[in-house]
Amino acid sequence: MFKFFPQTQEDLQEMLSRVGIDSIDALYAQIPESIRFRDEYKLPSEMSEMEVRDLFAKLGSQNQQLTCFAGYGVYDHYTPAVIPQLLQRSELLTSYTPYQAEISQGTLHYIFEYQSMMAELTGMDISNASMYDGTTATAEAMMMAVAAGKKQNKVLVSKTLNVDTRKVLDTYALHQGIELETIAEKDGVTNLEDLKEKLAAGGVAGVIVQQPNACGIIEDFTGFSDACHDNKALLIINSVAADLAVLKTPGEWGADIAVGDGQSLGIPMQFGGPYVGYMCCTEKLIRKMPGRIVGMTKDNREQRAFVLTLQAREQHIRRQKATSNICSNQSLMALFVTIYCSLMGKQGLKEAAQLSYAGAHYLCNKLLATGHFSLVYDKPFFNEFLVRYDGDIDELFSFYMMNGILPGVKMNDGSLLIAVTEKRTKEEIDRFIEALPLVKGVH
Amino acid sequence: MNNRLYGNLIFELSKEGRKGYSLPKNHFGSYEIPTSMRRSEEAQLPECDELTVVRHYTNLSNNNFGVDTGFYPLGSCTMKYNPKINEEMAALPQFQNLHPHQPSSTVKGALALVKLLEQSLCELTGLAHFTFKPYAGAHGELTGLMTIDSYHRSRGDIARKKVIVPDSAHGTNPASAAVCGLEIIEVKSLADGTVDFEDLQRIVAEQGTEISAMMMTNPNTLGLFETRIPEIAKLIHDCGGLMYYDGANLNPMLGACRPGDMGFDVMHINLHKTFSTPHGGGGPGAGPVGVREGLQEFFPVVSPYYGNFGVMMRAYAYILSLGREHIKEVGPLAVLNANYIKESLKDVYELPIDTICCHEFVFDGLKDKSTGVTTMDVAKRLLDYGYHAPTIYFPLLFHESLMIEPTENESKETLDGFIAVMRQIAEEAKTDPELVKTAPHTTPIGRVDDVLAAKHPITTYKQLVNDNN
Repeated sequence: MFKFFPQTQEDLQEMLSRVGIDSIDALYAQIPESIRFRDEYKLPSEMSEMEVRDLFAKLGSQNQQLTCFAGYGVYDHYTPAVIPQLLQRSELLTSYTPYQAEISQGTLHYIFEYQSMMAELTGMDISNASMYDGTTATAEAMMMAVAAGKKQNKVLVSKTLNVDTRKVLDTYALHQGIELETIAEKDGVTNLEDLKEKLAAGGVAGVIVQQPNACGIIEDFTGFSDACHDNKALLIINSVAADLAVLKTPGEWGADIAVGDGQSLGIPMQFGGPYVGYMCCTEKLIRKMPGRIVGMTKDNREQRAFVLTLQAREQHIRRQKATSNICSNQSLMALFVTIYCSLMGKQGLKEAAQLSYAGAHYLCNKLLATGHFSLVYDKPFFNEFLVRYDGDIDELFSFYMMNGILPGVKMNDGSLLIAVTEKRTKEEIDRFIEALPLVKGVH
Repeated sequence: MNNRLYGNLIFELSKEGRKGYSLPKNHFGSYEIPTSMRRSEEAQLPECDELTVVRHYTNLSNNNFGVDTGFYPLGSCTMKYNPKINEEMAALPQFQNLHPHQPSSTVKGALALVKLLEQSLCELTGLAHFTFKPYAGAHGELTGLMTIDSYHRSRGDIARKKVIVPDSAHGTNPASAAVCGLEIIEVKSLADGTVDFEDLQRIVAEQGTEISAMMMTNPNTLGLFETRIPEIAKLIHDCGGLMYYDGANLNPMLGACRPGDMGFDVMHINLHKTFSTPHGGGGPGAGPVGVREGLQEFFPVVSPYYGNFGVMMRAYAYILSLGREHIKEVGPLAVLNANYIKESLKDVYELPIDTICCHEFVFDGLKDKSTGVTTMDVAKRLLDYGYHAPTIYFPLLFHESLMIEPTENESKETLDGFIAVMRQIAEEAKTDPELVKTAPHTTPIGRVDDVLAAKHPITTYKQLVNDNN
């Protein structure tokens, strides 16, 4: 007997006799003996709960706990205590996709709330029920632009897009036969003149830019939407979700599709996932949008109810003609950000963004004041900035790591990208600066 | 589950001036975001105190049905129990606080876990390497097909752009192939639901040089084992194609047969099915892809880091809990449960293929069709009795498909209770068909107007408010 297998010997006998066979092995009589697995699996022996805990604790102790100043798409934000607790409500946690609306109003309600919140944050008309993450949401937006276009098969991607996202785009584009072209960068931001030239060459279905961009710079997209629309291309803006509480929105910039990752809305970094991708667009594009969408309707008792809708776009109906192969959303993580936005609300999101902004600028100023750091680009930034160190960057990086500080993300060219969130206290930031004279060679 | 509709939206509980958060004071001095970069209008997010938020989501959860609520025989979804220890392990701060760009010397424990999980999955599937980048089953299919596509390209074999998919396959199979830029050829099923080998031979004879891969689940979507799988694999390999295993139905194969031994070259696993991680109302899942030796160099970059690491931690906790002794019991117990239900109901429900099934089977509606009670009605009536509905109208091979998968975790008493209710509904269909046709009666809401939702889409609170005005 085992704790997840309730059948007793007596149960098994009764069940076998109902099925009309005399052994469990007979259930697999149809499998050719040549491919039947008869060995022992080379796996550890069963572990009690205490032993499982011990093993994970041992593995956990091999990870170094660091004060995080790293970002580049993933940020160490604060998680309100309420969220992990509510996420364990097992009626939500252990449910499937809400196909049976009558017993899934919980899931359907929060997805509707999620869609409403993401549409508010991005300043767009509508949102889908969420996607895997920001990188794949961007890839889906790229494919959506090509599908929405007439015959255009080219997508322009700014050089200032996060390389992690770009690599995913490259993968999807290669297999889809989409031509990707890079828009040049000038002083750390997307070069509008280069964009215009590439649009004028024709055949462009979509243009992808990022806000704040890969170096943390807040870009000015004035003129981008007109340039795109004059050439019948869709403008796709990838933004850090939390920053949109204060920054000019994709909607205000005239974007057709807004995508990005919702991790910045309090989701733990957990070594890369699960996070949640968001995708919002204009009303006009709703039937081109991939993924699930929840809509309002009525039931036969005249009650307001919510239901999965516009399913004619999806794979289980359309098969190879679907708008995407996406079959799930990232529902529980959508619930996460929905609760986050409910708790933090209109003011809290702004306040957290403001704190991150202030902390980053405070740290940046202090670092520049040491005389050993310089900003790579003199441009406005949000909570992440790119600096160059005048000494040995590898030495500096190792020094900080030994002192329990992850000082940022080291870029290929030896510059350092430093991020600050509302979670970083003044003490932690001061320690970052005060430790500096201790590095060999900095005096 | 509470059968009275709660019904509120968080926006309707909002009141200006309330707050549900606390943040430290700003000790950094005044750094202001320049006005020119600010949004002109505030995002209209709710303003609620903490208790209001907690009650709201607790009440919403009470209008929802999960595996922890009751029996969830949803075919092809493998709604097994999600052990609580998995959740505790995934929440460990020593893993939760890791940044994915942290240098590898500081994340040795996390990397060791990835390796240990990979070794376990290789052993259980008979394949040589896994990538954990895919976030879900469909994402895994896409990743696997991209791997295959890149393999053919690397050999200059660029004409291979066709994927053979059985007509009974999951909808994601053809959709994933299309996203990968491949063309679909459907191979017919025989009356017993298995692949028509003759039809496959014809396809291969005609288009063999263009075949990239064949995608299959085994057991297939009817829960039947494809006994000719060695011949099928040989046929495809001989024409230069690769075999792709859709791991959606892997659960009954634990302890019985490994995809690698069946002749498959590439597969994905739905960790949220076979390895007990929660479905979460539709995600996050994880769809790691495994390959035969030599194909790992063609793994594509379909996501930036290590995939849904938190989901992988849960799956590994599950593997450790069961160990080699109990993992091999998973398949047989799941298969026995399915056959027990099938045998107990086939006199009142139409069983088109009467044979030993694997983890699931499909009824084609009620045996007595004269009552006008459909599969939809039966499914909805089950909700009244406190059961989740089976998968309905899939696979598309039958008009009234009702697909039942009980998993290995359900006790005989639970199965007997379900069987009794299914028989009761069959009886009601004769004596009081209206009762069944108008079901459900006891759930928080009744049947919904899908047409209204699609015709006049209201998908945000702002649209809802504007619509009311």
